[in-house]
Amino acid sequence: MPWISGRQNSPATKHKRQRSRRRVFSVCAIFFAVLLSLSAAYLSGAPADKHLSVYSVAANYALPLVQREGRDYVGLLELLEPLGQVTAKADGSKWRIRYNSSIEGDFQVGKNHALVMGREADLGGQFLMENKRGLVPVGSLGSLLPRFLGGPVTLHEAAGRLFIGSIATHFTASLAGENPPRLVFHFTAPVNPIIATEPGSLRMTFSREPIVSPASPTLTFGNKTIPSAIFSEGNAAAAITVNASIPVMATFSSDGRTITIAPTTVAVQNIPPANPPNAAPPTSAPAQNQPTAAPTTAANPIPRRYFAVVDASHGGDDHGETLSTTLMEKDITVALARSLRQELESRGITTLVLRDSDANLAVDQRAVFANADRAAIYVALHAASFGHGVRVYTAMLPYGGDDRGPFRSWTTAQRAALPLSQTLAGLVTSELQRRQIPVHDLPAPLRPLNNILGPAIAVEVAPQGSDVSQLTAPDYQQLVTSAVATAIANARDQLGAAP
Amino acid sequence: MIPRHLAIGMAVLLAAALVLGGYAWHMRKAVTAAPEVATDARPLAPPVAGPTEQVVLFVAHDEDGSLRAQSAQIPMPSNRQQRAEELLRALLSIYLDHNSPHVLGPGSEIHSVFLIDPGVAVIDVNGAFADTHRSGVLVEELTVASMIHTISANTQGILKVKILVDGKQRDTLAGHADLASYYDVGTVNQLATELQPGQ
Repeated sequence: MPWISGRQNSPATKHKRQRSRRRVFSVCAIFFAVLLSLSAAYLSGAPADKHLSVYSVAANYALPLVQREGRDYVGLLELLEPLGQVTAKADGSKWRIRYNSSIEGDFQVGKNHALVMGREADLGGQFLMENKRGLVPVGSLGSLLPRFLGGPVTLHEAAGRLFIGSIATHFTASLAGENPPRLVFHFTAPVNPIIATEPGSLRMTFSREPIVSPASPTLTFGNKTIPSAIFSEGNAAAAITVNASIPVMATFSSDGRTITIAPTTVAVQNIPPANPPNAAPPTSAPAQNQPTAAPTTAANPIPRRYFAVVDASHGGDDHGETLSTTLMEKDITVALARSLRQELESRGITTLVLRDSDANLAVDQRAVFANADRAAIYVALHAASFGHGVRVYTAMLPYGGDDRGPFRSWTTAQRAALPLSQTLAGLVTSELQRRQIPVHDLPAPLRPLNNILGPAIAVEVAPQGSDVSQLTAPDYQQLVTSAVATAIANARDQLGAAP
Repeated sequence: MIPRHLAIGMAVLLAAALVLGGYAWHMRKAVTAAPEVATDARPLAPPVAGPTEQVVLFVAHDEDGSLRAQSAQIPMPSNRQQRAEELLRALLSIYLDHNSPHVLGPGSEIHSVFLIDPGVAVIDVNGAFADTHRSGVLVEELTVASMIHTISANTQGILKVKILVDGKQRDTLAGHADLASYYDVGTVNQLATELQPGQ
């Protein structure tokens, strides 16, 4: 009789053990299944990764944002790297970054301020360091980056878009033809949007192009077939949605600078009398035969030259006049600047708006940007509750300020261009008078007019009556800006520079 | 065992502390209950000695954005600097009136005027003057032009004018009119002519 090991079990025990093992496997399988489904549910419900689109002359790129302490943060080193030579060094809680071997910024973990070239910069939130990566709140970039880059930076924080320098691509939209109507978009630089159509609308998404809003984000055309187009921005991209009552398609021309929205061939046949548009296939993907990378100014290192520089006065901490409990001068000047840009560009005049957001910009910086751009005309915009109508100002030069050798005096830099500025102010005044707007032109001790090298005027817009809310009315704003733009366009030859 | 004299001393000190505490509480209550004296924000003009003279003030008028000449009889001291101060105080007294054609904020005051040869005038206004001033290009320009034109029209030889606020340089009056540079009196007088009604 063979020996039976004490560990050997009877068939009944063996069966029992197998059942027990199976039960353990089942429990484990259920546990992992539940874990997997919970992970999937969590991941599907998690918000999409946020990004920051950065547009600059050197490069257009996107960076991931991280959320800490209820704020969006971005790595400063990663942000500056495509723009120049950057090195960073962490020492305990201190973090130092050096940009282009000359500009140094000192940061300290937990501090709300940083020192850039010895000057304090407000971060609007704590500086953080993760794996020796310096993280700054996205909201601080508008004031922090100009310290490093030495130029204007415009941050659209809510949309996750950052514009470095004069990079913005503007556009105008106009309706051509009645039957069928064609909506023509002209862009100041080539564009290559992703186009999607759905019943009642066509959407163009610009993820790589620094497209900025026109004076009003909603453009109406008074046409039943294509009644309106809406500009919006968010998720690090901009979009233009064209509303149409019939199916429409987009065609590209002028090397991507013009997009024409027109009814499809089938749709046109339903519009009596039929007048087919240019045959082109409906676009539902990135436009064919268009450059894949946004060829704005990124491909061209030479800065764009603007004919006109429009300056929305005040901004940031400088509110200007408090026009009412809810209305600040700085907000009206931005709206006026955008409206004037649209009016000028519709007349073929390239325009730079110096302040296109609620940013702090010192008067000296405004003059530096205008002078560096060698614009043919500088227009500062102001708004006031005092008086009626419009005042057009030229510089009232201060005492002294004689030029020293080849160097122009900063305080009287305007002296040589003043006669031309006065001529232009007279033309603007005449155009406003022609449109029945009360107007007065006179010199004013208003900076930075006296610091501008070229022709420079300031336009102060007051309501025509006593109602300050008229300043917010797009009709009134356009009435004024259209007159100013017409006068500038008429003086184009006199101003002596080509757009 | 605590010596008797020490115990008595301690008791006396404790009693004194209690009495003083009660008195302090009473005084605090009395001060709180006392009616507040209304603060008068009007500037205090120093006494002026001198014969009354007829001068011309250039008064800003908001309704049409003009600068109008207005005669006034004011006592004028013999000192050139004090005369300039009196001129501006007379101008300010018009602007501080409720029915003024160009109202300035309460408490606005001219601290002093310094005349430095050759041809420099420095006007030092108080903080309230700038802090309560209305903001706007034209409204600020009217104030500045009115002051400079008044002082230069009545005081010979002034070529440039600087405006300080509480003795310090300020960038602008209320966000627009430049206070960082010296005003050229010739240019301001030209502006004043343009601002005359009917121009």
